[in-house]
Amino acid sequence: MAAPREPIYLGRETYRRRRLIDAVRLLPVAGALFFLGPILGSGAGPRSTALGGLYVFAVWFGLIILAAVLGRWLAAAPTGVGSDPLENDVPDGVEPEREGR
Amino acid sequence: MNSNLLISVSLVYVAFLFLVAFGADKWARSDRGSWLRSPLVYTLSLSIYCTGWTFYGAVGYAARSGLEFVTIYLGPTLVMVGWWWILRRLVRIGRAQRITSVADLISSRYGKSNLLGVIVTLLAVIGTTPYIALQLQSVTLSLAVFRAEDAGAVAAAAEQPGTALWVAIGLAVFTVVFGTRNLDVNERHHGVVTAIAVEAVVKLVALLAVGVFVVWTLAGGPSDVARIIEESPISAWQIDGGRWAALTFLAAAAFLTLPRMFHVLVVENVDERQLATASWAFPLYLFLMSLFVVPIAAVGLARLPDGANPDLFVLTLPLAEGRDGLAMLSFLGGFSSATSMVIVAAIALSTMVSNHIVMPLWLSFRRGGASMSGDVRNTVLIARRVSIGGVLALGYLYYRFSVGGEALAAIGLISFTGIAQVLPAMLGGLFWRGATRIGAAAGLVAGFTVWSYALFLPSFGATVFSPELMAQGPWGVDWLRPQAFFGIEGMDPVVHALVWSMVVNTTLFFIFSLISFPTPLERLQGAQFVNVLEHAQAGRGWTRGGAEAEDLLIMAQRIMGGGEAQALFRNEAADQGKSGYLPDTTPEFLERLERELSGSVGSATAHAMVGQIVGGAAVSVEDLMAVADETQQMLEYSSQLEAKSEELARTARKLREANTKLTQLSVQKDAFLSQISHELRTPMTSIRAFSEILREGPLEAEAQQKYAGIIQDEATRLTRLLDDLLDLSVLEAGQGALNIQQTNLHNVIERAVAAAGIAGNGLRLGILRDTTREDVAIETDPDRLAQVFINLIANACKYCDATDPKLTIWVSKQRGRLMVDFVDNGSGIPPEAETVIFEKFSRLSDHQKAGGAGLGLAICREIMDKLGGAIAYLPGQGGAAFRVSLPDKADGDARGPAQPT
Repeated sequence: MAAPREPIYLGRETYRRRRLIDAVRLLPVAGALFFLGPILGSGAGPRSTALGGLYVFAVWFGLIILAAVLGRWLAAAPTGVGSDPLENDVPDGVEPEREGR
Repeated sequence: MNSNLLISVSLVYVAFLFLVAFGADKWARSDRGSWLRSPLVYTLSLSIYCTGWTFYGAVGYAARSGLEFVTIYLGPTLVMVGWWWILRRLVRIGRAQRITSVADLISSRYGKSNLLGVIVTLLAVIGTTPYIALQLQSVTLSLAVFRAEDAGAVAAAAEQPGTALWVAIGLAVFTVVFGTRNLDVNERHHGVVTAIAVEAVVKLVALLAVGVFVVWTLAGGPSDVARIIEESPISAWQIDGGRWAALTFLAAAAFLTLPRMFHVLVVENVDERQLATASWAFPLYLFLMSLFVVPIAAVGLARLPDGANPDLFVLTLPLAEGRDGLAMLSFLGGFSSATSMVIVAAIALSTMVSNHIVMPLWLSFRRGGASMSGDVRNTVLIARRVSIGGVLALGYLYYRFSVGGEALAAIGLISFTGIAQVLPAMLGGLFWRGATRIGAAAGLVAGFTVWSYALFLPSFGATVFSPELMAQGPWGVDWLRPQAFFGIEGMDPVVHALVWSMVVNTTLFFIFSLISFPTPLERLQGAQFVNVLEHAQAGRGWTRGGAEAEDLLIMAQRIMGGGEAQALFRNEAADQGKSGYLPDTTPEFLERLERELSGSVGSATAHAMVGQIVGGAAVSVEDLMAVADETQQMLEYSSQLEAKSEELARTARKLREANTKLTQLSVQKDAFLSQISHELRTPMTSIRAFSEILREGPLEAEAQQKYAGIIQDEATRLTRLLDDLLDLSVLEAGQGALNIQQTNLHNVIERAVAAAGIAGNGLRLGILRDTTREDVAIETDPDRLAQVFINLIANACKYCDATDPKLTIWVSKQRGRLMVDFVDNGSGIPPEAETVIFEKFSRLSDHQKAGGAGLGLAICREIMDKLGGAIAYLPGQGGAAFRVSLPDKADGDARGPAQPT
């Protein structure tokens, strides 16, 4: 049996939500790149701990703010914060369909 | 400061935690406990990541290697921020499959394999024991600091083992009381979680208080702190790129795989809202926890005498400044960090030990089966309690025999690396359906072995691995040196062990997964796990077996408790439409029962217990095929039904259409009848009237002649009308035989023009033709076709209102059809009339002028239908235009000779 295909075109709302989810997905990748940034050119010699600390903590805080903002936007969906319009969601507390016989 | 006071305060604090846990448990049972499930409590409970190692050790770490300590927090930050990738899946799976621990996750994913459960449990116990020892050590050390204030020397006081023992016992009691109160893990430990949340607040407040004190009181402000950092020994940040990246990765991996983190992240999770909030709130917590670490370290290095243990700066700095209250708060913070970690770790480990080691052993010793005898519920609880005691005892023993061996942070990293070995099997299981049990086992065992050999055993120092072995390798095999595999020297030991263990682990995991073949249950579970987001449907594991519902009920009562088991069975029976407590043992029911049980004793044990009663009939390939067949049949049946209902709908639609048509026809028939009577009556009326005049009296010959002429005209008209009607009815009834023959279009048109000229009152109509285009061979009934043409030409004669009327006859070919257009230069037919001109008795101008019955075009249409062609009105040609289209059957040899005009 062929797997159900994803729709090719999505409604505007759905489209926006998918892009929001993309942003959520991208966040840790961006965070990892920024956190690994100090490695670049680290062979040249020691740096200032105070400035390095400022950099790391600034990136960290920025990441937290972004995650909070994206999380808030995600929560605006009527189907809940964790729902992806392309997934067949089973809402919390609802047992799988076949339980009902 | 009096250490007795400190101990009293600690005891009061512990009593307070007991009260909190007790109250939360009570709240949770009543309906007022919804705030216990709030995202805030969840986030705070995650803070058990920050253990005593973090609380004290981070400052020590910073004092030794500067900023590197922060990697331990960056990894979890990335995991939390990227919750959409992994944590969301984990939480969904945890809920759908009732996962009770990380060992249960691995075991359940790979076909409910108990072997994997045992491996992961052992790995977790070995990896966590040093960590528990570490917490005991941190509590003891911090107490020793206060004792030293009394006695004078830290070292002397640290040698008092009694403290650690009492702490261990106290923690064991707390964990047993609140961690094994209820059996069903899905009911969640609200008491424990709430107590941990309170401890999380205490340790954050404590560390922030010390930080604020250090920055604004001791140093004099942020800029002064920056200056102090620049002047301290850690001012230069000599970043080790390999360690930086490896430790970030390691912390992220451990965050997912540590049993205690898995417990609070997945098992205690209630819904995804918690996760979404924690995705930023927990990184914020970590951020705040590490904000003041470097300042405290720098100020501590600057102000405290050389040789002071940097691991205890958080405590000794306030003490040295005489801030006893702050020191007390700081101590409570460290105490909270240590105890909360130990409590959750003990719960998580005891769940794993009892579900994957004790229960399977117990089951195998009781060959009689799970339903035969003994209270399983009690056994599980006792197993858990004993396991908690055992885990803490192990931690204590480890602490006793390795005390003073390592700096705090080093043990932490070793422990992290060990437990991170679960990562490949976990992620592979979540994202790759091809991952198999054998692959997972091979990867786990190999990674675990490499870790033990390269990192864990060497950490015991010379007592386990002699210096010669470390320097020259076992039996002098140089490339097997524990910290320089293949002669690659100079790597940091942790990075070395992490890289090699992960490489070996992942490689074997993939290779063995590729070459082994999974069992049906493994494949089912694999699909369940990987596709958890697409369809949250539980996989089928049972076939309709000979399981006795009563046996199952007896067993379930022993595990879940009488009331709940009976409720479950009764609901199931009610769903099946039966009364009483014993439902049919359908596969669905067995499945559901097993899932409920797995919440208490883990999936593998639950599977085994149900298996014992059902008769060990787990799914076979044949069963799967049967299930698939059944599904297929149902699908086919439903598609048949669908087709039938569509057919019915189609028939109904047709019937409706037919009905409409009949009604229309009936209306038409009535209209036709009234038309025809009208048409017949008009000439009849005049015939009767004039014939009566003729009969009644003598008339002048001229009048008589005139009246007889009228009578004759009207009779002729009647005859023509009847002829037309007859013609039409013959055509409509399809009775008129056609005389199909080969002919030439030119001849037909020629004949029609000639006949129309005769029929009309002299040809006053100019006809324009292109005779060469007319030279087309056709196969048709020439008489009938000529009739159509005559009619069209006669119409043009009659109705063309131009002063110099002209008719163009134009032949063309379009898309395989032959078109003959008759276009005059009159005013044409008004658009609203175009649709009705082919209807019977439709006449546009007045009756007398037309001199026909209005059947001409209707007859034309019938004839053209018969001939396989069509006639249509062609609008927009400057006058009335009709297009006759014929099928073009012209073949080269069928072309008849055209007669000259």
